[in-house]
Amino acid sequence: MADNTRAAPAAPTAEAPPPHAGRAVARAVEGWVAVLRRKLSAGELGSLPVVLVLAAVWIVFQSLNQNFLSPRNLSNLSVDIVGTGLIAVGIVFVLLLGQLDLSVGSISGLAAAVFAVLNVNNGVPEWLALILAVLAGTAAGTVQGFSFARTRVPAFVVTLAGLLTWNGLMLYILGTSGTVNLDENGLVAKLTSYYFTNDAAAYAAAAVGAGLVFLVPYQDMRRRKAVGMPHRSLRGIAVRTGAMAVIAFAAAYLLNQFQGLPLALLVFLVVVAGLDIVLRHTHYGRQVYALGGGVEAARRASLRVMRVQTAVLAVSGTMAAIGGLFLASRITSVSQSSGSSVLLLNAIAAAVIGGTSLFGGRGTTWSAVLGMLVIQSIASGMAITDIHTAVQFMITGGVLFAAVVFDALSRRSQEAHGRA
Amino acid sequence: MPAPPLLALHGVCKRFGVVEVLTDIELEIHAGQVVALLGDNGAGKSTLVKVISGVAPADKGVIKWEGGTVHIRRPHDARDLGIATVYQDLALCGNLDVVGNVFLGREIRRFGFLDEMEMERRTRRLLERLTKNVPDLRAPVVSLSSGQRQTVAIARSLLGGPRVLLLDEPTAALGFEQTTEVLDLVDHLRDSGVGVLLISHSMGDVKALADRAAVLRLGRNNGFFDVNTASQEQIISSITGATENVPRRPATRDAVW
Repeated sequence: MADNTRAAPAAPTAEAPPPHAGRAVARAVEGWVAVLRRKLSAGELGSLPVVLVLAAVWIVFQSLNQNFLSPRNLSNLSVDIVGTGLIAVGIVFVLLLGQLDLSVGSISGLAAAVFAVLNVNNGVPEWLALILAVLAGTAAGTVQGFSFARTRVPAFVVTLAGLLTWNGLMLYILGTSGTVNLDENGLVAKLTSYYFTNDAAAYAAAAVGAGLVFLVPYQDMRRRKAVGMPHRSLRGIAVRTGAMAVIAFAAAYLLNQFQGLPLALLVFLVVVAGLDIVLRHTHYGRQVYALGGGVEAARRASLRVMRVQTAVLAVSGTMAAIGGLFLASRITSVSQSSGSSVLLLNAIAAAVIGGTSLFGGRGTTWSAVLGMLVIQSIASGMAITDIHTAVQFMITGGVLFAAVVFDALSRRSQEAHGRA
Repeated sequence: MPAPPLLALHGVCKRFGVVEVLTDIELEIHAGQVVALLGDNGAGKSTLVKVISGVAPADKGVIKWEGGTVHIRRPHDARDLGIATVYQDLALCGNLDVVGNVFLGREIRRFGFLDEMEMERRTRRLLERLTKNVPDLRAPVVSLSSGQRQTVAIARSLLGGPRVLLLDEPTAALGFEQTTEVLDLVDHLRDSGVGVLLISHSMGDVKALADRAAVLRLGRNNGFFDVNTASQEQIISSITGATENVPRRPATRDAVW
């Protein structure tokens, strides 16, 4: 599982060819094919299907309109995915428990409203209003998480109540003001309008990313080698780093063709990578996965189930609030329609399309990035080719349906594999 | 006065709603002894295991650990005492790999992050003690055979050197060779001073391994036997409740315990 997900492209570019030809590469590819075949039969494909879908979407729209893969469109795309993408990251946490959070749309709207009313209407400093808005999301999530953990009512019911409550609270806070326009040059507006215009910034980010992709497994390999444990080959690590580096630098080059590295994209990728580490390499993350594998089993292993469940919904509320601020930043206003239900559906769809299982216990935060890329690519391609929004909904729905069916099938084949 | 038993239960009761599942249960587990817990289906064996392991805490009664009263209210408490359990349904997380399951709740950390390498190393060492064919340590447990899962569950219970081990039907899912491996392990653990409570339906296993047998029937104690002297018929009739038809031996219970 880990292998495929880490190979996920960190930025919007087409699938890259291997960096250089040669026997080493051929042998590595051969090894991958063998691993792939084993994983295919075991129903653990990770993010490969969604990468293929993304490639297909890009090829189709590029052939319909030459401007689709232009630096300008891709750069805008990379900023458009951030708001909903951050919300989807929170959804991934909840899905890992095998639960669903329906309140994230309302919480994102609530956070945006809190910020707007505090900052614009009441003159609270931006940074303080920002922190309070995010904390409002955390608080809303914690309340829901505690109720869910305590009463053992399924999270989707608790958060359905939350959806109404927080939406009502948002309308109450906005009061008669209706639409609040944010400061065009303020901190929040800058979140999505600021670009690192210096070319070096994008390349440096790509280099740091590629460096980490190499160094972490390399250190692990050296440690394992020192005590004679099975370990990855240096060649395998190098080939993978190479592939990642090509993708990252190609993305950096493309972004520099337009306005440079968007701040929003950088924040998004850092958050996703950071939370991925939290989920897969910390005690807390292991508990989240364990609960997704079986609440009773986790309880018998003396995990503090209620605490973890509360914390997961708190994370999802926090991410929803942060995402809501990015969405508000994109349109520099907050209105009564902020945090609409389409937002909620897109966030959940993104996590599922990206490969996070609805049944719990399988998935990574990177699926939020990949899923959002697919959804936003379809939206952007439709807009650019003048196809009606109605068609966009239907196509996105089709992709989501395919993802859910694939999830169910791979789960079933995994179980069958286990029984064999 | 000999050393107090490692674990002793006195008058333990457990009810689920209006159903009294366990009534006034007495049980002692001594260090270096294997106690077989026998009984028909629904006699309360698994419930008793859950009481001791803290999954379903007792409603009434006293639990003593080395002579001192203790309270086991959650799995954590039992683990801190040194009680490890292999549940009948194994209670593994199917999506986690073998290493993740063995170390669940007791992860080794290095600079705040999980030390996968060290955990993998210790898991391998543990499993090599248990079985000849060690499964792929990085495979999710759902993809293992039932025998391999059983081995993983046993490996997990041995982590951290328990002093009392509760085994709920540990050989039910195993083939001949693996059954032998598990029985050898129980023998070995007994010799190293661990107190073992073994639930099994196989009278063969019980005869071969256990020092004493405690029989439950309909949630109550129904006799204690010294496995080496009691006849198989005696034990079985106690399990099935046919004791009314054979001459009662009230002396058995007092003499042995």
